[in-house]
Amino acid sequence: MSQGLTVLQRMKRNPMGPIRNFSIIAHIDHGKSTLADRLIQWAGLVPEREFRDQILDTMDIERERGITIKSQTISIPYTSRSGGKYELNLIDTPGHVDFSYEVSRALASCEGVLLLVDASQGVQAQTLANLYAAMEQDLTIIPVINKIDLPSADVEGVKEQIETELGLESETAVLCSAKEGIGIQDVLEAIVERVPPPSGHPEEPLAALIFDAQYDSFRGTVVSCRVFDGRVGPGDVIRFMSNGATYRVEEVGVFRLSREPRAALSAGEVGYIISGVKTVSDTRVGDTITLDTRPAPAPLPGFKEVKPVVFSSIYPVSSDEYLGLAESLEKYKLNDAALVYQKDSSVALGQGFRCGFLGLLHLEIVQERLEREYDQAIVMTFPSVEYRFTLKDDSTVTVDNPQYFPDPVDIKATFEPFIKASIIIPERYMGAVMKLAIDRRGSNPRFNYPSPGRVEIVFDMPLAEVIFDFYDRLKTVTQGYGSFDYDLIDYRESDLVKLDILVNGEKVDALSLIVHKDRAREWAVQVCERLKEEIPRHQFKIAIQGAIGGKIIARSTISAFRKDVTAKCYGGDITRKRKLLEKQKKGKKRMKMVGSVSIPQSAFVAVLKTDHE
Amino acid sequence: MNNASPSGLYVHVPFCKGKCRYCDFFSVTGNELVEPWLHAVCREASLFAEEWGEMDSLYLGGGTPSVLSDEQLAYLLDRLRLQFRFSADTETTIEMNPDDVDTPRMRRLRRMGFNRVSLGVQSFREVELAWLGRRHDGGRARSAIEAVRSAGFDNLALDLMYGLPGQTRGAWEQNLRLALQFRPEHLSCYMLTVEEGTPLGRIHALGRFQPLGEEEVSDLFLFTSRFLEEEGYLHYEVSNFARGAQRISRHNGKYWSHIPCLGLGPSAHSYRAKVRWWNVRSVGEYCRKIASGERPTAGSEELDREQLKLEAVYLGLRTGGGIPLALLENQPHSLGALDRLVREGFLRRDGDRILPTRRGYLVSDRLPLELLP
Repeated sequence: MSQGLTVLQRMKRNPMGPIRNFSIIAHIDHGKSTLADRLIQWAGLVPEREFRDQILDTMDIERERGITIKSQTISIPYTSRSGGKYELNLIDTPGHVDFSYEVSRALASCEGVLLLVDASQGVQAQTLANLYAAMEQDLTIIPVINKIDLPSADVEGVKEQIETELGLESETAVLCSAKEGIGIQDVLEAIVERVPPPSGHPEEPLAALIFDAQYDSFRGTVVSCRVFDGRVGPGDVIRFMSNGATYRVEEVGVFRLSREPRAALSAGEVGYIISGVKTVSDTRVGDTITLDTRPAPAPLPGFKEVKPVVFSSIYPVSSDEYLGLAESLEKYKLNDAALVYQKDSSVALGQGFRCGFLGLLHLEIVQERLEREYDQAIVMTFPSVEYRFTLKDDSTVTVDNPQYFPDPVDIKATFEPFIKASIIIPERYMGAVMKLAIDRRGSNPRFNYPSPGRVEIVFDMPLAEVIFDFYDRLKTVTQGYGSFDYDLIDYRESDLVKLDILVNGEKVDALSLIVHKDRAREWAVQVCERLKEEIPRHQFKIAIQGAIGGKIIARSTISAFRKDVTAKCYGGDITRKRKLLEKQKKGKKRMKMVGSVSIPQSAFVAVLKTDHE
Repeated sequence: MNNASPSGLYVHVPFCKGKCRYCDFFSVTGNELVEPWLHAVCREASLFAEEWGEMDSLYLGGGTPSVLSDEQLAYLLDRLRLQFRFSADTETTIEMNPDDVDTPRMRRLRRMGFNRVSLGVQSFREVELAWLGRRHDGGRARSAIEAVRSAGFDNLALDLMYGLPGQTRGAWEQNLRLALQFRPEHLSCYMLTVEEGTPLGRIHALGRFQPLGEEEVSDLFLFTSRFLEEEGYLHYEVSNFARGAQRISRHNGKYWSHIPCLGLGPSAHSYRAKVRWWNVRSVGEYCRKIASGERPTAGSEELDREQLKLEAVYLGLRTGGGIPLALLENQPHSLGALDRLVREGFLRRDGDRILPTRRGYLVSDRLPLELLP
C-alpha cells in the first residue's frame, strides 16, 4: 500500500485519470442537497419528469427534516467543456454533528471537497468542523458560494470571510445558485480541473476503504467503498482487515441512481461490493477490505470504533413484541454501524434494549426509523450520558443507565462528562445565548470575534445538558442563526442524584433519570406536569410524584373521570361507535401498563422535551 | 345465532315541522316530499319482502312520524303488512310529538294496529322546552299523555332529557315525578349530548353556553337510575327504563344483540348476518334511486369476527343483560381486567354472565377498551 505517499505524489503517478472523487461540505441549510440535485440533473441521469427534490435523500425522514442521514453515493458522468469524459463520484456526507466519524470516512474516500457557503449567511460553525476534517486529510478545497441570487447575498463579504477565517484563496471561489441553476457547469468544471484524480495502482494488493454500508433485503449488506489500490471483482475472496472475516464477492459495481454492476472495481474507483455479508456488525465503517489471497500489508489509516455518547433504552410497547423488536434492531443495525445495543430490562417496561447513540439526533432517527420502516411501537427512556462514580471502597463504576445508579451511601464522588461547546451567532443574540448556556450549567465563557457582527462563544458545559433539546432551543433563541459544535473534553466532579418518578406510588424505573442536584426539582416538576398532560384520565385518581431517595420533591394529580358513555345507541350510532372504539383500541396498544395505569407511549417521549417558555 | 329470532322492521319518517336544536337524526322540514317518500318506502319494502322472514316488531321513527296524516299512516301499515309477515304479537311503535296527539286520533291509530306510543316529551318545564327548541309546552305534554291513555294504549314510552345547562337535581326530579304520575310503561332518559353539526353544536363551538359539568351530569345519571328503580322500573339499558321486563322495547333490543333488522327510508340502517348497510341521507336521492329500481344503499360493511365481538361486548355492556363470560375467551388480559373492574365496582359477575353496575353504565364506553386486548 502506498500509505507513505501524499496525495500530490500519488497524483503525479497518474495525472490524467478520468475519475474525480469529491464530497460537499455545507452547513445544514446552505443548499447541499439542492446542489447535488443540480449536478445529477446536469448529467441527465434522471428524466426531468421523474426528478424530485433531494434525490439522494431516500428516506422520508431525510426529506422531512431536510438533512442527510445515510450517505448516498452517486457516479455522475460528465463531459467537460473541452470535451473530456469524466466520472465524478459524489460521496454525500451526513450533515450533523452526531455523525462526524461517518463524515471523516467519507472524506477519506475523496480527493477534494466543495465547500458550500451561503452567500447571505457566510461561514458557520458546522462548516468549520467538517472543513477542518477535510483539511486534515489534505483534500483539495473548492469554495462554492451558493444562493448568490438572494437579495441578501453578500458575495464580497463572504469572500473576505473565506479568506480571513478559512485561509482559502477567495478568488478561486465558484459562484452559483443551485436553486436557480446558475453556475452549475462552473462547479462541474472546477471539480474536473482542480480535484486531483485518484492515484493508487490496480496491480498492488487490494486496499478498499469502507465508508458506508447499506442493507438490502435481497442481497444482504451492500458495502460502499473507495478502492485505493488493487482491483476487486466477482469471485474474489475478500477479507475485512479489522476482524479477519472473509467473503466471496458476488457482485461489484458503481452507483448511478441505482446500483449498476461492473466486471471489477479498480484503484481510484468508488462503488459497491456485495459478498453475502449478512450483518454490518462485520462491516465497520472505516475498515479496510483486502484480498484474502494477497492481502495489503497494512490497513488504511483512520479506522476507529465509534463510541456512543448518549444512551437510552428501547422497549416494545407491548411485551410480546420483544422478539419483533429484537429482529428489527438487528436489521436496523445492518444499516447503522454506529448504533450499539445490548439487552436491558425494566420492571415497568419489561424486556428491551439499552442502546448507545452518537447524539440525540441519532437517537431520534433510530426511533423514527424503527417506527416507520420497521413498524415497531416502541417506548424510549430518558437519554443519559455515561457517568462515573468513585465509591467509598475507592473502586470506580461507570453508569449510563439510571437503574444502576449506585446506592448513595456508597458514593464518594460523582463525575460527569464535559464538553467544549462552540456557538457562533450574530452578536445581537449574545444575551439570549448566554442565558441559555448558563441555564444549562455552561461556565467559563470565552469570546472570539471571527468577523464583524459575529461572535463565537465557547463554554465548558456538561454533556448531559446538551443531549436533550439544546440545539432546538439554541435555534429558537437565535431565530435559526446560531450554529453549534462540541468536543468532549473531560470528566468533572459534579453533584448528581437519581430522580425517580412514581405513578400511584409505583416507581416507573423507565422514567428515572440522573440529574444535577441543583436542577432536580426543576426536572421533577416538569416531568410531573408533562405526565399529567399525557396520561389520560382513568376511572380513578392518579398521583404522579418526583422523588429523590424517599423524599417527594414534586407532585401532580390527574383527576378521575366519572362519565364516558354515549346516551343514544341505535341504528347508525352502532357502527360509528364501534369505529371509535376500534380507533381507541389501536391507541391503547401504544400504551404501557404501570400497575393499573395506562401510560401512552407519547408520555415517555413528551417528558424528553424540556420547556422553559 | 340470532338469525332464528324474528326480525325487526324500522321505517324512518324523515319529516319534522321544525328542527330541534340538539337533534342530529336525519330529517327535513316541509311536506312537499311526504307523498313521494311514502310511495318510495312502500316500493323499497317490496324490494326486500321476499328475503325477510317473520317480523315481530315494527317501529316508525324519525324525524316525526306523527306529521304523517292518519290516511298516510294507514296506507303505510297496510302496505307493509302486505309485504312482510308479522307475528300476531308484533310490537308496533310510533314515535309522536305531543303536539300531534289528541284522543280521537290516538283511537284511530290504535285501531290501525299501533300498540306502543313513544312520546317525545323531553321536559315538562317551559324554559327547558324552549331552550331545546321543542314545539310543545308542558301543558301540551300532559294532555298528550292523557290522550294516549284515554285511547286505551297500555304501552306508553316517554322520552325525557336531562343534563341541560344549569339544570338542578331538583328540577330534574320534578320532571321525573311529573312523568311518573302517568305510570309510563317505558322511560328513555337521555343525557343531553351536544352533537357536531346541530344548531346546538354550533353555538356550543362559539362558547355561547356552558354545558352542565361532568360531575353534575354523573350525579344526575346515578340519581335517575336509583330513583326510577325505587319506583319499580328496570334500568335495562344506559338510557332506558321499563316497568317490568315485558315492557322492555323489543325493537330496540334487536339493535343491541345483532338480531336482524331491516331499516326502510332515507338514512335507515339495516343489519343481517354480519352485514350492516345504510341508506342515503337525502329524501330526494332516496326517491330517485327507488324510482329507478335501485336499492338506495349508501354504504355497507361486513363485520369480521373481531368486529362482531367488539360490538357484542360494547353493546352488551350497555344493557342490563350484560355479556356472557365466554365472550372474553379466557384471555388472561381480559380476565385480569374483569377482576379489577369487578373490584372497582363497575361490573359484577352473575353466574356465567358479566353485568354492568350502575357506575359501570356511566363508563360503558370505556369498558370494552379495558376488557378486550
